[in-house]
Amino acid sequence: MFWQQLVNGVTLGSTYALIALGYTMVYGIIQLINFAHGEVYMIGAFAGLIMVTVYKVNFIIAILVAMLVCVPLAILIERIAYRPLRKSTRLAPLISALGVSIFLQTLVTLIKGGPNPLAFPQVIQDTVYVLGPVRFSTVQVIILVMASLLMVFLQFTVKYTKIGKAMRATSEDYEAASLMGINVNRVVSFTFAVGAALAGAGGVLVGMYFNSIHPFMGVSVGLKSFCAAVVGGIGSIPGAMLGGIFLGIAEVMGVAAGFDTYKEAIAFGLLIVVLLFKPTGLLGLPIQRKV
Amino acid sequence: MEAVVSVLSNPYYIQVVTMMGIFLIAALGLHLITGVTGQFSFGHAAFLSIGAYSSALMTIHLHTPFLLNMLAGGLMAALWGIILGFPSLRLTGDYLGITTLGFGEIVRVVFINMKITGGAGGLGGIPRETNILLVYVVVALTIWGLCRIQNSRFGRALAAIREDEIAAESMGINPLLYKIKGFALGTFFAGISGALFAHLMQYLNPADFGFAKSFEILNYVVLGGLGSIPGTILGTAVLSLAPEFLRFVKEYRMLIYGGLMVLMMIFRPYGLLGGVDFVQLYKKLKARRKARPT
Repeated sequence: MFWQQLVNGVTLGSTYALIALGYTMVYGIIQLINFAHGEVYMIGAFAGLIMVTVYKVNFIIAILVAMLVCVPLAILIERIAYRPLRKSTRLAPLISALGVSIFLQTLVTLIKGGPNPLAFPQVIQDTVYVLGPVRFSTVQVIILVMASLLMVFLQFTVKYTKIGKAMRATSEDYEAASLMGINVNRVVSFTFAVGAALAGAGGVLVGMYFNSIHPFMGVSVGLKSFCAAVVGGIGSIPGAMLGGIFLGIAEVMGVAAGFDTYKEAIAFGLLIVVLLFKPTGLLGLPIQRKV
Repeated sequence: MEAVVSVLSNPYYIQVVTMMGIFLIAALGLHLITGVTGQFSFGHAAFLSIGAYSSALMTIHLHTPFLLNMLAGGLMAALWGIILGFPSLRLTGDYLGITTLGFGEIVRVVFINMKITGGAGGLGGIPRETNILLVYVVVALTIWGLCRIQNSRFGRALAAIREDEIAAESMGINPLLYKIKGFALGTFFAGISGALFAHLMQYLNPADFGFAKSFEILNYVVLGGLGSIPGTILGTAVLSLAPEFLRFVKEYRMLIYGGLMVLMMIFRPYGLLGGVDFVQLYKKLKARRKARPT
């Protein structure tokens, strides 16, 4: 029973982690809470749904298309709603992000014709594998494999490529990086693009897992993933992965322990507890107060 | 003229204007926290709900007079403001914002799970006690009180913390203590506003006080002009009436609303009236009148 819940928790948590990575990378570079990220994830899920129902493609192609749809969307959002506000107060881009998020939710609701959920068809033969005390469904295996592949790929990009180096430099010191000849605007766009690609993939995977998507799905998952990013230490990439999986396990275990009516509050409760003991998250660096 | 009278006496418009006043009180409370003290709070709606539920439950079960219940609602919200403020106001900036956001969601889920609040089905049967006159008397008192606070030693200490916490600390201001006091006052107004809301709608549902509501109130404060009372009033008026004026576009209403939020921020990042203060405007006016030879 425990091991089964652990596997379910890690599966759910890895979808949170995929979305949390987008929050954490953007925050690491321009200290912006990108509240429209949840909507990018929602649009990824809808793009995947259109691909599997209308074009009847393989789920891998659906995921790739969803990623390709989300990338230009996120770059566009950054260009229109965040870039003009980069030098202004902290709250201005936040409000702008909320505006984008309301806009996209309404847009999808209008195109779809109502806020009610749509069924996500079963795209693969679901077989159950038994491994000792644990039962895996095919969807769970796909989620775990896809999520780990994407995270390894991300880690590789950030660690070993030139643009990854530029990303790390920009998040360390935005000004100094631009003085060193790094095109910071391109780095910011790239960061948004990578985060959006992960969120798009996450959207399709969640659609496959829960078999239902709706225009407001990005709100609650977005907030919880954001919590995951903060619990792990916002700005830290391994932190987002750890935080996502930690929250996923906590949520599944909490529901299994009989707190199912408090499901939506578990992530936030943990967040507050972690922040009180470790004010910058599990893997975050301490803030230095400078005069 | 007749058209104006018919609009003014239309119960629907009276309701809209009353609601605007109620949210103005909450927005003024948030103005003290975010605009004056510079602390992020993304969970203001939670304090509204605390004030709303505690006053409504007092009215229903204890039958105490409404004004007392309203005050109790405000005090209850302030109490929770202090309980949350003590640990979380040590955090700064975004971390504080996130903690308050988390608190807001937790409060909502707790109200859904509580028996006495009627759970997810909501709490009905609250007598109607709020009217437009009472709301605007409270609004006037709130504005008067905030003007007094902002131009007092206490208000200047809060502004000093917003401008530079370390400098304020070295001037002998205890930032944590002042932040908690400011937070408690701000949440007190939220509680009062919640109590008025409960006794106007006669029905409460935890879903009305989610994170969307918190950000709506934050919008009022930021779009009007952070740190300015006239700005907060203007922001609340514009944004709470905007959905009514946008009714003709029907289903595109929220689309335009979201788009307008982005455009307003891009063209006026400091809000419509960023940095305008009633008392200072008055003083300037007086000085100008004195300077003019009579």
